[in-house]
Formats: sequence, C-alpha cells, structure tokens
Amino acid sequence: MNLHFDVEGGEFISAGVASSKVKKVLKQLAIQPEIIRKISVAMYEAEINMVIHAHGGVIDAEIMPDYVHVILKDEGPGIENIELAMKAGYSTASRLAREMGFGAGMGLANMKRYADILQIESEPGKGTTVEITVKLYPEQS
Amino acid sequence: MHLTQIKDILDAQVIAGKGDMDQEVDFGYGCDLMSDVLAYVQNNIVLLTGLVHPQVIRTAEMLDIKVIVIVRGKVPGSDLIEMANRRDIVIMTTKHSLFTASGLLFKNGLIGEEIAHNELTF
Ligand SMILES: Nc1ncnc2c1ncn2[C@@H]1O[C@H](COP(=O)(O)OP(=O)(O)OP(=O)(O)O)[C@@H](O)[C@H]1O
Ligand SMILES: [Mg+2]
Repeated sequence: MNLHFDVEGGEFISAGVASSKVKKVLKQLAIQPEIIRKISVAMYEAEINMVIHAHGGVIDAEIMPDYVHVILKDEGPGIENIELAMKAGYSTASRLAREMGFGAGMGLANMKRYADILQIESEPGKGTTVEITVKLYPEQS
Repeated sequence: MHLTQIKDILDAQVIAGKGDMDQEVDFGYGCDLMSDVLAYVQNNIVLLTGLVHPQVIRTAEMLDIKVIVIVRGKVPGSDLIEMANRRDIVIMTTKHSLFTASGLLFKNGLIGEEIAHNELTF
C-alpha cells in the first residue's frame, strides 16, 4: 500500500498529520504496537523536521507485507554536515520551533534509534531526503 | 496508579477524555520539551507538562501516551482539547508546578520512567 502526503511548511499546528494517518493505517493492519511506535516516532521526528527546518515537502509511505519504508523529501536549505547534525544536542531550530516543544537536537539521533535503516541525503541549498525503514516482523529476519 | 487517584492527588480538573478515566499508568514523566519526551519515553506513563501546544497531543499519540496533566494552571486552547478528545487522550489540569505535581505523585507511590540510554555517548 502506498500513501502520499503533501506537507505544508510553517504549519506548526497541523504538523504531524501524515504520521498520524500512517499510524492509523498500521493499527488497522493489526501490527504489533511496539513496532508501530518505532515507525510513528521516527516518521514524526522527520515530518516535524521538514516543517521547522525546511518549508514542508512530500512524504511517501510504502507499507509492504514485511516492512514499512517512508521517504520524506524537502527542498529546504539542506544539511551542511550530516554527521554533526546527527549528534545529540546539535540544533539550529528557530524560536518558533522551540515554542512548540522542539529544537533540542535529539530528533535525528532518535530516528536512528528507532529506524532499522535510516538514510539521509542532503545538499545545501537544494534539500534533504530522509528514508526510514522499519521491519514489521524483526524476529523472522 | 489509577487516573482517578492522580486526579485526586493533584486536585486536578479533567478537561478531555472524561470517558477514559478508568485506566492505570505505570510511571510518570515530566517535561516541557517534546523532543525529550520522544527520545526518552518508552512505557505507559502519565505526562506532566507546562506546554500547551497542540504538538503535545501529537507527541502523545505517537508514543501511545493516554493521559496528560497540564501543570501551572495553564489553559489549553480548544484545538488541543478537541484533538485529545478525538484520540481518547485524557487531559487534566492542575494549579501545581511541575515540581510539586511530580513530587505529590511520587510521594504517593508513582515512580518516574528512568532514562534508558545516554544521549551523549551516541
Ligand atoms: N529537513 C531538514 N532540512 C534542513 N535541516 C535539517 C533538516 N532536518 C534536520 N536538519 C538540521 O539538523 C539539525 C538536527 O536535527 P534534529 O532533528 O536532530 O534536531 P532538531 O530538529 O533541531 O531538534 P529536535 O529534533 O530535538 O526537536 C537541525 O537543527 C537542523 O539544523
Ligand atoms: Mg528534529
């Protein structure tokens, strides 16, 4: 199953709609709650990032029988040094992002913790693509 | 700890999810920073926070958090309350500060969720 979302930039109130929808679908598929939580947290962190650091973008979530693959693509400012950005505590978040409870520099590290595979591609001035893969039945593989 | 007990201890008002009070939580976690909540919460907790942004509800939704106590007498907007009701999330408000509210619950036997990993060694 493929789900597509257009995420608007600057929408600090409604950010997270896509993650919420994907979570609902996964619940209907009766996937283990702990696995759903891994996907939800990683995707939500990435969705919030594309709203607070870029100006929105597009999300494609692919739900396969044994894994979920989420691609989040934005055309924002990009990340100069991904290794540095991954470090817990590194953040360039704006005041507005901090007012909504974000901007501690924890998101990328948290995505890495919860995703089975995390891929980040970024070009300064062009944008960022984050890909999250989570296995639905990790004990079998 | 049962939610009615939390309500009594904190002298709290239930402003969303009134029909979902008959449940228990295993731990407590207090934080105004949703980044931290997302990074550290793994269990069935009550979240105590002074933040009243709608993203508090989204954060709770992603982590399957069923109950939120808003401290310092802050009043959330109707959008936040509506979002909580739609997700069967219980919202209570208390006049106590984050420190006092946490202390009262702790004194009555609710322990905190321990930090399971050290962010800085990551
Ligand atoms: N989509 C993106 N576009 C541009 N820069 C980004 C993007 N995602 C992350 N970054 C950069 O990487 C940094 C670290 O991101 P990370 O998610 O770890 O922390 P944060 O978003 O600043 O805070 P938190 O996630 O804890 O709320 C950001 O502050 C920002 O500089
Ligand atoms: Mg982030």
